[in-house]
Amino acid sequence: MNGSHRTRMLAVAATVIAALVAAGCSSSSSGGAGAAPAVPGITKTQILIGSHQPLTGPAAPGYSEISAASNAYFQYVNAHGGVYGRKIKYTYLDDAYDPSKTASVVRQLVLQDSVYAIFDGLGTPTHLAVVNYLNSAKVPDVFIASGCDCWASGHPYSFGWQIDYIREGKILGAYVKSHFAGKKIGFFYQNDEFGTDGVKGLSYEIPASQVASKQSYVPINVNIGPQAAALKAAGVQVVVCYSIPAFTALLKLAALKIGWNPTFVVSSVGADPITLGGLLQAFAKQGGKTVVGNQLTQGIITAGYLPTLGNTGNSWIALFKKVHDTYDAKAPFDGNVLYGEAVAYTFVQAMVKAGKNPTRAGLVSAIESGGLSQGAAVAPYDYSMTDHGGMMGAYIGVIKNGVVVQQGPVWTTDTTPGGAVTPFTGTQPPAPASGMP
Amino acid sequence: MTMTLLRHLVAAIVAGAVIWALSVQLNAFRDYQMAEIAVYVVAIAGLSVLIGLSGQISIGNGAFMAVGAYAAALLMLHLNWPVWAVFPASAAIAAGAGGVVGVAAARLSGPYLAGATLLLAVALPSLATRFPGVFGGDQGLSLTVTAPARLGATFPTTRWQAWVCSVAALIALVLLANLGRSRVGRNWRAIRDDPVAAALTGLNVARLRVLAFVVSAACAGLAGAMLAYTTTLVSPGSFTLSLSIALLTGAVLGGLGSLAGALWGALVIVLVPTYVTDVATSHGLSTTVAANLPIAAYGVVLIAVMILFPDGIQGGLRRLAGPLLPANLTRLASPDRQQPPGELSDGLTSPDRRQPVGEHQEEGTT
Amino acid sequence: MNEFLQFTLGGVSFGMVYAAIGLSLVLIWRGTRILNYSQGAMAMLSTYIALTVINHTGSYWEGFAAALATGVVLGAVIERLVIRPVENKPPLNAVVVTIGLLVLLEGLAGIFYGGQYRSFPAAFSVTGLHAGAVSLGISPNDLFVAAAVLAAALALAVMFRYTSAGLRLRAAAFNAYAARLLGVRVGRVLTLGWALAGLIGALAGLLVSPNTFLYPASMDSIFVLGFTAAVIGGLDSPAGAIVGGLILGVTLNYVGGYLGSDLVPLFGLAALVLVLMLRPSGLFSTSHGRQV
Repeated sequence: MNGSHRTRMLAVAATVIAALVAAGCSSSSSGGAGAAPAVPGITKTQILIGSHQPLTGPAAPGYSEISAASNAYFQYVNAHGGVYGRKIKYTYLDDAYDPSKTASVVRQLVLQDSVYAIFDGLGTPTHLAVVNYLNSAKVPDVFIASGCDCWASGHPYSFGWQIDYIREGKILGAYVKSHFAGKKIGFFYQNDEFGTDGVKGLSYEIPASQVASKQSYVPINVNIGPQAAALKAAGVQVVVCYSIPAFTALLKLAALKIGWNPTFVVSSVGADPITLGGLLQAFAKQGGKTVVGNQLTQGIITAGYLPTLGNTGNSWIALFKKVHDTYDAKAPFDGNVLYGEAVAYTFVQAMVKAGKNPTRAGLVSAIESGGLSQGAAVAPYDYSMTDHGGMMGAYIGVIKNGVVVQQGPVWTTDTTPGGAVTPFTGTQPPAPASGMP
Repeated sequence: MTMTLLRHLVAAIVAGAVIWALSVQLNAFRDYQMAEIAVYVVAIAGLSVLIGLSGQISIGNGAFMAVGAYAAALLMLHLNWPVWAVFPASAAIAAGAGGVVGVAAARLSGPYLAGATLLLAVALPSLATRFPGVFGGDQGLSLTVTAPARLGATFPTTRWQAWVCSVAALIALVLLANLGRSRVGRNWRAIRDDPVAAALTGLNVARLRVLAFVVSAACAGLAGAMLAYTTTLVSPGSFTLSLSIALLTGAVLGGLGSLAGALWGALVIVLVPTYVTDVATSHGLSTTVAANLPIAAYGVVLIAVMILFPDGIQGGLRRLAGPLLPANLTRLASPDRQQPPGELSDGLTSPDRRQPVGEHQEEGTT
Repeated sequence: MNEFLQFTLGGVSFGMVYAAIGLSLVLIWRGTRILNYSQGAMAMLSTYIALTVINHTGSYWEGFAAALATGVVLGAVIERLVIRPVENKPPLNAVVVTIGLLVLLEGLAGIFYGGQYRSFPAAFSVTGLHAGAVSLGISPNDLFVAAAVLAAALALAVMFRYTSAGLRLRAAAFNAYAARLLGVRVGRVLTLGWALAGLIGALAGLLVSPNTFLYPASMDSIFVLGFTAAVIGGLDSPAGAIVGGLILGVTLNYVGGYLGSDLVPLFGLAALVLVLMLRPSGLFSTSHGRQV
């Protein structure tokens, strides 16, 4: 009994060993089993960076375009000499918006593939799973794709990029306060940190007495009819939405059904005209009642931190469109593609600043020493030794005929309740003629 | 100490030595994967016991993993308990939840039970966003895990995590193996094969069913605590329906009712999807296609295995090595029969399979 | 009061879709004693085919017909190829196989159509109807949804009652062995049952996709609630599925409106557990336990 049992277990163990060793051998031969390079991910000819992205799962629609767009810009740079002769290789792995998978793929990138840095890690709950690990392993964690203000401090190796939700909420809130005085305001927000941070920023500016109703939704429940009905019943005339595009569109449709016609003010996250128009386009094809997809997006007020796609005279839009048409033509040229290219541009800027022999610590100090020009962003970055947040401002825009048209100046502010929302007096520098920083 | 317990302990020690050797040989990322595999082995083993031994279907063990994970995170964050106390406590808390569910589930059979557990897997994680103050909402709870100082400053954390999780997994497997060979295990097989006959011999069918749920939930809870310890973040996004489906896939693929099968299932779940994506991308397929390919492959595997190889990998291995090894092996199922292929190896027989409409079997009501 | 009315009417629309899914599940359950976890995914795929046809020809009704046809073919093919081998096996095998189908179909949809949310047209206007100046909170499309599901249920009832195909379906479900002895081709009849279920599922997908947008996982939550409706109503009762769907849709709308959108899945679970505790076979089931 004993003997046969032990034989059995040893047979199982032997098979397991064989499997794991085979896997281990294949990885070590491709990874860094030999002499490790002095700086991980940097060779004479290549910069290797990695990212975790939701390529499948609930967050894939839209967000899955970003990494391909970044890669397109990197290919453009590689075709024009690279960064000090090094080509950028961008490896992005799917985490399906599941933080457990994020923890796994990021460790794979760092421990097995030995990337130089993690770039544009997407998602707040997903990135929170790896931020402590990356900082303790001293891996640069640059330009996180999330509007959480948690990256601004406490993590020496991590940097945000896009304007955070609180700042954007304040800018939108200030606009609502000054343009819709006396009207009843309602909030429609996603029940997570994106929505609650946005509402926090809005509440710093909009007086509580004006807010007639706050309705939250969760992405798994698409039936937001009750929320729309509640907003209508409270007499809301201006609804401020911190929602993803699908739910902005759903609220629009629900409003149509119950005969409620408020002014829509929507966070930049949920207001890309191309995405919204695409979601609503099927309702333009009906016979009889004229409900036009574009018409449904007409008049939506939003904020923007990159030049609007409709502004074809803007040198950045022209540059990114050219890169898109050459390297990423299958994707529509929409807000996600613009985002991907713009953040890739910022990374190349930082690598140029890090010098001919970049180190991991060198990249970090290149960014936090300040002085990174704002690039395609409409307002400067606030990078410093103590603040790793990112963009400071945005403009207000209105969707007209499928494009966002800027209204007024760019506004800058901070994340505190008392900080004022002030117009930005500088100008955005033009895109470099070569298309590279 | 009985012979069975001694046998299992020896096997565990041998396995432990092998794991230690592997963890030192392989790189730090493979250590992390070993920890992940340990997590899934425990979760799948618990599910395999529930389905293979007691004949109850659950598609909701992901929810019990969530219970264990959140319990572990709260204990470590607020009470600063050490890991060897946190793991059993989390398993116990999840076992309690399993008891509650089991009591409700004991009256249900087959598809009703499967559907109720499906809804449990979908609904329970939303509690975390309902009470964000306690559970951290969508962002979850963050933990810090470091290797003990006496191992040295350069000791990779992932290796420590692999050790801790492997020890926990081995202990759990020894306990499960003993349980499978005990009177409780035999009683489970009795109520699985013919509940009416079992009831006639005096077995309390409902109580045995609840016990199976409790054990299965305890395993899932322990796995959840191990997951929290490995990934250092507990948030609702990790406990979707896909997790419960992955556990079911692993259990079926590995071979229901078999502990070695749990190992095969865990290996497949952790190692194969990234491998498939890598192969797909290196063949030039777009990232969208390459990312969706493992999902489609999962589906094909589930269908193919169930139709062609219902005994899973372990069953296939057993058939291959059959002539060489005696019938009394480390599987929990009845060892005596050589089942023909195409039948579930230990006969999840349901004598009333083709019931006329209008009859519905209510089992286990006391 | 107006809010309450809005909640009720809004719940009816989604409730009818749950009823349709529930109805298709009941069809399959009665025939083969299998709970088809891939019902939602089959509906999703049929709806994608409809979208392709609509984008090609510009005609909604051609797409509508294409989806229904796809549902029939898909149901028949799946029953013949994938389900037949596990029909007489223990229930676990069918559970695993249909879950495998669910995963496979979603993966295939992701591969062929990508994960983007697609806009899906509604048959009629989605702008709400008005009684004078008062908005009624329902649109012509909502009325169509309710009418379509009821018509489908009625057609099924008529078919079961008055046609020989329906009689054969009922015979095979009641006692397959006896039916075989009487010359009923049980295998063909089961395929027919699955084909009909595929048709109704495709209808559900067409009706709900304007409100959920179309993407590989879009029918997941609809399926879960449709299944809940079927269980609440009783898995062998088609009328129960309809009533269960309506009750569930309206109740969950109240929960979403008065208590919060995030509590809806929990309340669905609570409702399911409550019904199964009190009546384990469902509210309208005709069985009351084992007959000795």
